[in-house]
Amino acid sequence: QEKVVSGTVTDANDGMGIPGVSVVVKGTTTGTSTDFDGHFSISAEASSTLVFSFIGYKSQEIAVGDQTNFNIVLSTNTENLSEVVVIGYGQVKKEDATGSVIAIKSDDFNKGSISSPQELLTGKMPGVTITSGGGAPGSGSTIRIRGGSSLFASNDPLIIIDGVPVSSDAVSGMRNPLNTINPNDIETFTVLKDASATAIYGSRASNGVILVTTKKGKKGQVLKVNYSGNVSVNTIAKQINLLNTEELGEAIQQYYPAKVDLLGTENTDWQKEIFETSISHDHNINFSGSEYNTPYRVSIGYTDQEGILKTSNLERYTGALTLNPSFFENHLKVNINAKGLYIKNRFADTGAIGNALAFDPSRPVKSEDSKYDKYGNYYTYFNGDVRDVLAPTNPLALLNQKSNTSEVKRFIGNTQLDYKFHFLPELRANLNVAYDYSKSEGDVIEDAEAAWTESNNGNGSRKAYSQEKKNELVEFYLNYKKDFDQFDSKIDLVGGYSWQHFWREDANSATTTFDQSFEKSPASQSGTENYLVSFFGRMNYTFKDRYLLTFTLRQDGSSRFSKDNRWGLFPSAAFAWRMNEELFLKKFEKLSNLKLRLGYGVTGQQEIGQGDYPYQGIYNIGNDQARYQFGDTYYNTIRPSAYDEHIKWEETTTYNIGLDFGFFNNRLNGSVDAYKRKTKDLINLIDVPAGSNLKNRIVTNIGSLENEGLEIALNGIIIANDDWNWELNANAAYNKNEITKLTDSNDPNFKGVFTGGISGGTGNNIQINSTGHTTNAFYVYQQMYDVNGKPLEGVYVDRNNDGQITLEGDRYIYQKPSADWTFGFGSNLGYKKWTLSMNARLSLGNYVYNNIESDKGHFEGVVSSLNNITNRVADANDAKFFTAQYHSDYFIQNASFFKLDNVTLGYDLGKVCQDKLNIYLYTTVQNVFTITDYKGLDPEIFGGIDNNIYPRPRTFLLGVNVNF
Amino acid sequence: CVDDLDTTPIDPNYKSGDKIYVSAESYKQGLSKLYGSFVLAGQEGAGGNADIAGGDPGSTVYTRLLFYCQELSTDAAIAAWNDGDIKEFHNQKWTSGNGFVGNMYTRLYLTIGFINQYLRDTEPGKLISSLTSDDLKNIEQYRAEARLLRAMVYYNALDLFGSVPILTEADPVGKFKPEQKTRKEIFTFVEAEVSEIESLLAEPGNNEYGRIDKGAAWALMARMYLNAEVYINEVKYTECIDYCKKIMPFYSLNDSYEELFMADNHLRTNEMIFAFACDGLNSQTYGATTYLIHAAIGGDYVPANAGINGGWGGNRVTSAFVNKFDQNNDKRAMFFTEGQSLEIDQIGEFTEGYMLVKYTNKNSDGTNGSDDNFVDTDFPIFRLADVYLMYAESVLRGGNGGSLGEATSYINQLRTRAYGNTSGNITEADLTLDFIIDERARELSWECMRRTDLIRFGQFSNSKYLWPWKGGLKDGKSVDAHYNLYPIPLSELNSNSNLTPTPGY
Repeated sequence: QEKVVSGTVTDANDGMGIPGVSVVVKGTTTGTSTDFDGHFSISAEASSTLVFSFIGYKSQEIAVGDQTNFNIVLSTNTENLSEVVVIGYGQVKKEDATGSVIAIKSDDFNKGSISSPQELLTGKMPGVTITSGGGAPGSGSTIRIRGGSSLFASNDPLIIIDGVPVSSDAVSGMRNPLNTINPNDIETFTVLKDASATAIYGSRASNGVILVTTKKGKKGQVLKVNYSGNVSVNTIAKQINLLNTEELGEAIQQYYPAKVDLLGTENTDWQKEIFETSISHDHNINFSGSEYNTPYRVSIGYTDQEGILKTSNLERYTGALTLNPSFFENHLKVNINAKGLYIKNRFADTGAIGNALAFDPSRPVKSEDSKYDKYGNYYTYFNGDVRDVLAPTNPLALLNQKSNTSEVKRFIGNTQLDYKFHFLPELRANLNVAYDYSKSEGDVIEDAEAAWTESNNGNGSRKAYSQEKKNELVEFYLNYKKDFDQFDSKIDLVGGYSWQHFWREDANSATTTFDQSFEKSPASQSGTENYLVSFFGRMNYTFKDRYLLTFTLRQDGSSRFSKDNRWGLFPSAAFAWRMNEELFLKKFEKLSNLKLRLGYGVTGQQEIGQGDYPYQGIYNIGNDQARYQFGDTYYNTIRPSAYDEHIKWEETTTYNIGLDFGFFNNRLNGSVDAYKRKTKDLINLIDVPAGSNLKNRIVTNIGSLENEGLEIALNGIIIANDDWNWELNANAAYNKNEITKLTDSNDPNFKGVFTGGISGGTGNNIQINSTGHTTNAFYVYQQMYDVNGKPLEGVYVDRNNDGQITLEGDRYIYQKPSADWTFGFGSNLGYKKWTLSMNARLSLGNYVYNNIESDKGHFEGVVSSLNNITNRVADANDAKFFTAQYHSDYFIQNASFFKLDNVTLGYDLGKVCQDKLNIYLYTTVQNVFTITDYKGLDPEIFGGIDNNIYPRPRTFLLGVNVNF
Repeated sequence: CVDDLDTTPIDPNYKSGDKIYVSAESYKQGLSKLYGSFVLAGQEGAGGNADIAGGDPGSTVYTRLLFYCQELSTDAAIAAWNDGDIKEFHNQKWTSGNGFVGNMYTRLYLTIGFINQYLRDTEPGKLISSLTSDDLKNIEQYRAEARLLRAMVYYNALDLFGSVPILTEADPVGKFKPEQKTRKEIFTFVEAEVSEIESLLAEPGNNEYGRIDKGAAWALMARMYLNAEVYINEVKYTECIDYCKKIMPFYSLNDSYEELFMADNHLRTNEMIFAFACDGLNSQTYGATTYLIHAAIGGDYVPANAGINGGWGGNRVTSAFVNKFDQNNDKRAMFFTEGQSLEIDQIGEFTEGYMLVKYTNKNSDGTNGSDDNFVDTDFPIFRLADVYLMYAESVLRGGNGGSLGEATSYINQLRTRAYGNTSGNITEADLTLDFIIDERARELSWECMRRTDLIRFGQFSNSKYLWPWKGGLKDGKSVDAHYNLYPIPLSELNSNSNLTPTPGY
């Protein structure tokens, strides 16, 4: 007996009706879809079952029975199993992915005062290490996936935003190229780690690929408005312990007794003077919906970040628009994205941080003494009646008398057309055209009163710079997807072509004379460009829904290499076995997923980091301040540049084995991956034999290195009931890196390539790249200690037993900056309307060279040869070195750490104002605490050399999220 | 679209080979780099876009490093700084890991590399077709000058490092490993080069200012022959005298000694055979004379008196050096003693040891140079006074073609200028080798010859002459003879397995 059944389908999240939900009588072709408000009406028999389904939601089946009116609540689909993940040039169901792919959705992002997309990810994925560059507003981060496969060439992953690969090099005047996207607009991050997943990106895939998608409107959705905003207080977390005036006086008494009188009478805490507690706020409003059958989303953001170093500030305006119309009964889908950005920066001179450590605490910030009048009263070191040109500059003067501002505008736009052929719906054609434009203008003004600019040619200075970048992309591919049911097979083929052009132009103008009317006419212009042309293809073959095979091939051509070396071919293959689909495992009901993955692939590297013409002999014309005089004329010199005509791709081969698993309906799930990566023909900066080229160091292909590691990820819902919900996730990654070859000859006497320049002295390096060791390993003397454990000054182990201590003979390799193990932990606890979430990280086996201590921890030169006094760190009293001992392993300190990155407490006010608003309030503490043995300010230092870092603030934040 | 992959630089300051040499002028610009490599750090003022990667650009400048190697290692200069391994110079304890020695070696071969590339680019067959016959003649002379500069570099390499590779325009550009040559081979190479190009150079004093001529070529030969006994264990004093005599007719002593080291010393071509041109606005560098002047000033000396914005409190002289002067009468004793002690107890204490304020950024009319940070003073390489001293020494050492009488009269010309009258003059009997080495110290102080001179007189490393802080001891001590040569740097041994380490290191 058929009857009319009707009802409403609503969203479990917001209770709103969902339009466009498909309602089908099970086992028939009878069906309908919900209207604009989520209502439906359908004829069905009482014995039948209705199936409600909609993309992104869990399907529901309801037996009709006697009822005629149903209220169906659909909840969003959070189960990993049927999730769709983005991969290169397409997407697959998570269960069908063959490579090491991890996706993180906006719900799982880190919370807090977040101004750059990377911060959303910190600690979230095994094998993805994100180190922020310090605490400056809008500062960038370094992302390393599986330790990095290159030595000198870039180790940055390829980042693709809504299908547009963005170049990883910085936009001048902008601290972080990824700042273009407002973190609030990001829907998902997908990280492709192993080569079988990345090789479709060929020459730029060696260090992993990060795919970012932004939020979009939904078809048929009514207008939704969301406002989120927060205000935060940034405080200085820790200061370096320096000598105060009295302690400094004691040191001078001990080491330079005749100079005690030089000490002043003040007791200035210079660090306190340069840092301040600052307040930042952030606002974002977005509208999404669907009009004229066109889903849209518009978002506007504003951020004002005040740095803890005085005078540093960032103001950012972002705007984003996405439109997703479709035509011809969904045969043609259009995806239009436009993102705009406007940033106003004021950069504080971070030299002030180092100067605050060095500047004499017995001196005032400002002095009324008339001799400082011309310096704006800022205390300035004198040698007799003359300004001491070598003494440190007053840190406050450096901040207040120098203005370094920039304005950056950037636009990234793309249009993607996806056409499903009318006569052959299995075939799709996809065209993606993108344009990434940025323009930055900067202005550096030093006041006429700035002591350090004093000159007989006029005081003060003004420098202006500008940069314009244009990156263009055209990509086209065909995708053929067909199920061959009679053979139990599915085939998915992709073939395409990609063309990219990167173009940049810089202009700099400078005057040494301060003049407000100074025109910003470019004094020197420079520019560069490069092209990438690629052909790529992929085949996915699935047999019996449980044996999955993927092959990819990409051929890349780069303008950075000569015709003979220009093209690189990058293949990959992967196999996955969905074991839980096998009969013998099906009986284990608790096992919801078990998949074995094997992958192999070759990827390349062409981000040389040494210009776009490394194979060509090119010539550089010198500027007007570096001319040479013949007769009465000054000639701009012409310098031939170094080059290697044979330079070519660096190649990384990756082997990956992984296991995905899920239990109890995936309530507990995770993965384990093991990998080995071998890089050969390393693009490397090496010392060439003197005279054989036109620089002492050139970039060439030499050497090889290996990375191997293990990654484990675990996610679990520990408690889920009406009141309580507790989710935990944890990940762990181990990586071991070894240089396996560095030279052509494998000469046993060859120690390696020195690297890791430090402050103090001239040309001192503290690290080495050496065969058989980790990259950037520390290379130091072995310190000897007295019975009390106090280091003996200048006494080291004579490792080669030749009776003397020499840099050549007695240094050894001791520790490295990279961690052996990194762990990430996340916890999300919900009780009724309360949520408490926190994220933490543990890093083990990473070491740091404490350059602050090695450079400012000895007493020689406390009074300089020009009689100026410089301060020392208080730890100097532990070692009591008189002379600098830059090469002692005493300063290589264990920097393993545990950091509680953020804690957020939220409260859902629910619907207020006659159900019109939905309000969520939260408060966050960021950079909560750090547990470490490291003696410096912060153990988390990319590269492992600690000097002059802008301290990461501790931030307290109050935020609100309103939906209406 | 695959054709897009053929790119050439779009930067107006970076050009590919076929777009850089497009006019007669451009060949001159190419030549200017070769000269610039001696006084500048790179392509931008004050050390920007440096030629040498790594380290502080100021410490990669040829003439500054030459001062480190030739003066800081002797009684004539001692640095108060802690800059890197700079102390190893006055302590005579340098190793093959010394960064400055490494930079010196690198700069020598980089300059050679620039010169070789210039010679490749200006091969007659490669020149652009629009050149006039005058242009072609000029370029021929540019090439000869380039080769003379290269001979000067090889002379420095031979003198500082001994046995090193020879590279010429016939070698490729790549990453090959050059073979080491003996000192004799380098000596012969320099001789052959100079004799081959001599006729193509301008007559003495006839070139544009800042460019070298025959006078410089001859002075170089005289200097090398003077030291031939050290370099190749052969006596060449007669040849030295020959070359000195070639030079003398073209030059005369300047009336004033101090004018030779002032901001306008480009006017002293009467005596100055060759100096590298420096300019405070157009050739900004932290090497060359900017270093010499700033580093020598500190203590109570008022920097403005030397035309500069401030001292760097670095270099002083040892008491042994001061004591060679008749301070009351010899005008060359340009010591600043106010607030300074004669003896040095602590090297790092700038007020210990007299300052030598010989170089200045003041013009002879009392005005300042064009900038008070970067100076205008040109860096002297060869001058007539040195030729007089070489002549006299060669005569004393048994060279033919000269006479003791003439030698004495030349020396007395120097003495008369120094004393302002004949009170300092000497007799033929006074003219001994011991007198010569001290007179060279007085006349040629801080002109980057002291180490070479001490070695030639057997006084550099052994116990024959001890000066304060030689060997790292306040009273001085003997050091091993292997310090007579600087070691081939460790980094170089690392990258070129064809090289054998310098004996003793």
